[in-house]
Amino acid sequence: MASSKAAAFPLSRRQLLMGGAALGLSTASLGLRPAWANPWGQANPYPKGVETGPEVSLAIRRESLPIDGRAARPISINGTSPGPLIRLKEGQDAVLRVTNLLEEPTSIHWHGLILPAEQDGVPGVSFAGIAPGETFTYRFPVRQSGTYWYHSHSGMQEQLGHAGPLIIDAAEREPFRYDREHVLLLTDWTFEDPASVFRNLKTAEGYYNFQERTIADFLADARADGFADTARMRAMWAQMRMSSRDIADVTGSTYTYLLNGHAPGENWTALFQPGERVRLRVINGSAMSYFDVRIPGLKMTVVAADGQPVQPVPVDEFRIGVAETYDVLVTPEADTAYTLFAEAMDRSGYASGTLAPREGMTAAIPERRRIADRGMEAMGAHGGMDHSSMPGMDHSNMPDMDHSNMSDMDHSSMPGMDHSNMSDMDHSNMAGMDHSSMADMDHSSMAGMDHSNMAGMDHSSMAGMDHASMADMDHSNMAGMDHGEAPPSGEGEGAMLPAGVAQPGSQYDQAGIGIDPDERRVLVYRDLKAFTPWPDRREPGRELELHLTGNMERYMWSFDGKKFSEVTGPIHFRKDERLRLILINDTMMEHPIHLHGMWMELENGAGELIPRKHTLNIKPGERVSALITADAEGSWAFHCHLLYHMDAGMFRVVKVS
Amino acid sequence: MKTSTALPVACAALAMLTVTGAHAEDGYDAPADWPSPMMEHNTGAVLFDRLEYVVPDKGDEALVWDFEAWYGGDINRVYLKSEGENVQGDGESAEFEALDLRYSRLIADFWELQGGIGYQGNVGSNDHPERFYGVIGLQGTAPYRIETSLDLKVSEDGDAWAQLEAEHDVRLTQRWYLQPRAEVVAAGSEVPEFGVGEGLNSVNASLRLRYEITRRFAPYVGGYWEKRYGDTADLARARGGHVEDTGIVAGIRVLL
Repeated sequence: MASSKAAAFPLSRRQLLMGGAALGLSTASLGLRPAWANPWGQANPYPKGVETGPEVSLAIRRESLPIDGRAARPISINGTSPGPLIRLKEGQDAVLRVTNLLEEPTSIHWHGLILPAEQDGVPGVSFAGIAPGETFTYRFPVRQSGTYWYHSHSGMQEQLGHAGPLIIDAAEREPFRYDREHVLLLTDWTFEDPASVFRNLKTAEGYYNFQERTIADFLADARADGFADTARMRAMWAQMRMSSRDIADVTGSTYTYLLNGHAPGENWTALFQPGERVRLRVINGSAMSYFDVRIPGLKMTVVAADGQPVQPVPVDEFRIGVAETYDVLVTPEADTAYTLFAEAMDRSGYASGTLAPREGMTAAIPERRRIADRGMEAMGAHGGMDHSSMPGMDHSNMPDMDHSNMSDMDHSSMPGMDHSNMSDMDHSNMAGMDHSSMADMDHSSMAGMDHSNMAGMDHSSMAGMDHASMADMDHSNMAGMDHGEAPPSGEGEGAMLPAGVAQPGSQYDQAGIGIDPDERRVLVYRDLKAFTPWPDRREPGRELELHLTGNMERYMWSFDGKKFSEVTGPIHFRKDERLRLILINDTMMEHPIHLHGMWMELENGAGELIPRKHTLNIKPGERVSALITADAEGSWAFHCHLLYHMDAGMFRVVKVS
Repeated sequence: MKTSTALPVACAALAMLTVTGAHAEDGYDAPADWPSPMMEHNTGAVLFDRLEYVVPDKGDEALVWDFEAWYGGDINRVYLKSEGENVQGDGESAEFEALDLRYSRLIADFWELQGGIGYQGNVGSNDHPERFYGVIGLQGTAPYRIETSLDLKVSEDGDAWAQLEAEHDVRLTQRWYLQPRAEVVAAGSEVPEFGVGEGLNSVNASLRLRYEITRRFAPYVGGYWEKRYGDTADLARARGGHVEDTGIVAGIRVLL
């Protein structure tokens, strides 16, 4: 294997690089891989492969390096692609010299780092960029610790492998211990030119989707759910001119998914000794791909999200949005191999490697899941739903329904409904519902319902309801409900929710599309609780609402319906204000929204243990809120971290002054 | 006189396109020499929706094309469109039923409004009668994913006619597509020179089975039925043509 070859050289990596360059050899011919991808992790006997701070020099090149055994021309950083691990220490003054040996401008953005605005590395926002041949020296004090990453913020260079892991060792001991660590950097590589990928997306909708619904799916669903229901559902999608299989814009039909730069067939291996506690620093450094990560046979304990320590959460699987990072601990006891498995959210492919006590071992690749169809929640995102005038519905015998996050529904004029025998329903997060004029409802025999977090409901004028025999109902946390006969509207406008409370319309209990929560324990945003409370406990002084918008047909993406080229001026934060940012996803796709320079405290109902993140995954139709302390003066980028969405216009500048 | 109208329209269309390259105001105090953080680029495509050999039951075999190329941004685009045929073995050159230069603007999520000028006739010969016209078109995707285009055309002599095309892809597998297609032509006045009668001119319904080897290259086979109506049918009869015909086609769909 490539990395073991590198490890066998009795030379330092830098010597090798210099020698190689002198001989006109590229690192490809030496079979070098990023040193942090060395199988022995922290016990790596050749630690010089890691670029250790406080002073680091990085050279950016375009060079021929094989990827998955095929000729490719990625962008390399100090000879490897993805780039080397940069290791800093909290409290240091980092000095990072970046030399551009490309024929075009470049940049490096230190993703998730809190630093002065001019060091943030976004051309046109923080600085002018790094011209060809030029060296730019980033200098900033390191004031945090954890798992982060870095990547180009110029053009589409990120898609060419211009990214790498960035780890900051804590000044004080972290709240968890481990014997060994490995970085797992997930990326998506295409042998196509990124500009062609973008052009394909712009010129032909669904260009990369080879998992669309076909006649065969229709027939299968018709057999399972009945012809009428299937036809009605398909007609709704067709009427909207949308695809329920639109899970990923760019898929495994062009992408090779890489783990630490290695394709699944290359079996990159992370080593452990049985009984050791291993810290896996998982980074999604891909351009467009969400992954579902698991290690069959091992429980993972999530201990940090986006570099910030969280209360431990034992899970079997977690979804990692583009640009997010999660740190998990695993303790493999047996002297056996485990598969590190990261399946693309649209199931069109996967990245994988092996966690093993020795080189050369493999474990089974888990059975691949089929692509899921998007459902009502995505449709709901595409315009308010009106269920009025649906007569004679029989909802009996519907177990395990999840009605969370249905907002602005109008159920008026639904007569004669029978809701008997509905068990285990989750009605959390239903906002703005109007149940007036519902007559003669029979809610008997509904067990185990969870009506938490229903805000702004108006149940006035419900006559003749029979709620007998409803056991185990949990109506806690229902805010702003109006059960009286007096008419004050339950709109809740004007009155802000207290800090930390989940917004109606959030889906923090759900892992997202294509995940069956009954199959295994999957991390959800609701699980994230800060390890210790963050310092700013102020209530938000104001709310700022932004809609995530798009036109799939034209591949236009935007905030509030306006592409970056269409807006004038930045979004303004007042220096040191505490504000609530509310993000409402009006599209049918997930968007990982990244704010530079400041943390976003995710209001997921964790109380004083509100977790903070640099990138928030917003699901279709979801309403997510975050508290922000605007303490970072200057101009900052704010954007969707799906590369082609950003380039299509889903980008804004936030100015703090 | 004819080409003199074409040039200003084309220039105006191109001028409107250049506006789309503008960037956001640097209201965030970025120095003038900094680049825009996000550059939007114009893009374009060339599509032979149909490039096919037609074998009718009664009429003459012909090579038929239905072509469009566009360039521009998300909202404003310039289109070059052409439809026509080259009847085989008649010793005549290809006949351009339409050769249009249009400016297009996105007016709703799925719809663009187009306007421009066009030419009907031939290129490089005088085998067919020719005329220039102005065109207004609505192109887009109707609910239920029906690709639709409606063109209204008025010739330099004041003759008006309309053309409606609709097609829909039924996905049989990830690569096999079945495409029903319909085309209806109607005219406001008789123009015997072009075989056009007043009222409904013709209806063409077809079905094509396509295999997408790639998204950009897809061969297909299919069949069609077409009929001429009213004065148009009479004109066809007078010229020894057919009023109603069926046939088979084989061709390729190419996206460049």
